[in-house]
Amino acid sequence: MSPDHLLDPGAPLPLLPGHSSRGRLERVLRSGKFAVTAELNPPDSADPREVYERALVLSEVCDAINATDASGANTHMSSVGICSLLTRAGYAVVMQISCRDRNRIAIQGDVLGAAAMGVANILCLTGDGVQAGDQPGAKPVFDLDSTSLLETIRTMRDEKRFLSGRKITVPPPVFIGAAANPFVPPYDYRALHMGKKIAAGAQFIQTQYCYDVPRLREFMARSRDLGLAEKCFILVGVGPLASGKAARWMRAHVPGIHIPDDVIKRLEGAENQKREGKQLCIDLIQEIREIEGVSGVHVMAYRQEEIVSEVITASGIMRDRQARSQGRRVGKEKATL
Amino acid sequence: MYAVRLWSVRNARLLERVYDLFEPALVRLHPLLRRIGYDRLEKPMEVVERSVKGLLFDCQMCGRCALSSTGMSCPMNCPKSLRNGPCGGVRLNGHCEVKPEMKCVWVQAWEGSRRMDEGDKILECQKPVDHSLKGTSAWLRRTRELVEPAAEPVKKAAS
Repeated sequence: MSPDHLLDPGAPLPLLPGHSSRGRLERVLRSGKFAVTAELNPPDSADPREVYERALVLSEVCDAINATDASGANTHMSSVGICSLLTRAGYAVVMQISCRDRNRIAIQGDVLGAAAMGVANILCLTGDGVQAGDQPGAKPVFDLDSTSLLETIRTMRDEKRFLSGRKITVPPPVFIGAAANPFVPPYDYRALHMGKKIAAGAQFIQTQYCYDVPRLREFMARSRDLGLAEKCFILVGVGPLASGKAARWMRAHVPGIHIPDDVIKRLEGAENQKREGKQLCIDLIQEIREIEGVSGVHVMAYRQEEIVSEVITASGIMRDRQARSQGRRVGKEKATL
Repeated sequence: MYAVRLWSVRNARLLERVYDLFEPALVRLHPLLRRIGYDRLEKPMEVVERSVKGLLFDCQMCGRCALSSTGMSCPMNCPKSLRNGPCGGVRLNGHCEVKPEMKCVWVQAWEGSRRMDEGDKILECQKPVDHSLKGTSAWLRRTRELVEPAAEPVKKAAS
């Protein structure tokens, strides 16, 4: 008996010429639209509803949903697990892979498995150090780094072989992404480092949270000089801050987040800090959108999917199209759960 | 030693030039090395290499030396053993995310590379580390690969 009736329509779109994936995100970016991705906070739970509830909120306002891989070195539901749930419901996902927890044998297997489930986008990350999470005694793996991970997945896709050289019969049709952090040292190397990642296979970039637009402008100017903005789609990370206190906490405790003092002052000087945090994020999105070479935004917020949705709607960036990271299998019965 | 390691980065150009003399010398010695036997030389060479590079770079003997591509800052001292550049967690003072008291190995690498004649090698993508080479002499391997480029990549000393 043929197993065709068991196939999941997670990646329902036909592969277009010149495209790497069958995903919506690549189509939106290649068509020149300003793309929006959003991060789903994985639950500390085995209940699939918690994933779908959050995905429903986000899918209305973005082109693809990022499934994080134990970010901050804290255990949550795995990115593979979340992608399995989301792709079976037809959502467009960006599966994040961190090099911290798995070696090259496990990661290459996950890439094949993910592509088989219909994951069209993979984001390659180094990962926060284990000291950042609640299990600092864990063994840090870091067998690959983000750049060699990019090259590994590109080799699997384009040359149809594993790192060992062994053949892959059907390669994973994935759109490959990497992270960039223009906001921490060494500043003059950051654009070159992104160039190295692009040379290794990155087709899109999602940056760390941006609260320092002048620094981003410098980074983008350098990227344009290096010809990187034409070779790659750059999505700038943004997110609403809940209050000045929360901003101070993030700056002190979350690795790689740079929040300038004037941003914190603006929040602390506001009557309603939460509203000001949202407005700040909307202002940032609109400012970032005007920068040449920026292809989209990546919106993140810790456990605040509703606020992310409000911010994206208010910013007006999705006005040019019906935002849908959800696919045909998401009907009313799924929506109400 | 940390202080010596920082000195090495400050003097990356000098060390690059020393190595540029050292490598051809080893290559010239190849007939002799081969007569003695690379396998037999592995252990003593490993001891020498570990002492010299341990002192200068806090070398971890990964077996596939990248120092000339990393500004003379050994990437194996990065707590994430990154071989291709800094992570996104570097602190604003240029220190390490994981070890706040230590300067980021890759901030150092970038500075060191700017002092070197061939510092732009930092922009080339490094392959993942072959962990089966750990604890073996990178000098001997490099010499053999330069002399016998067509031969199979030298994996490991006979055990």
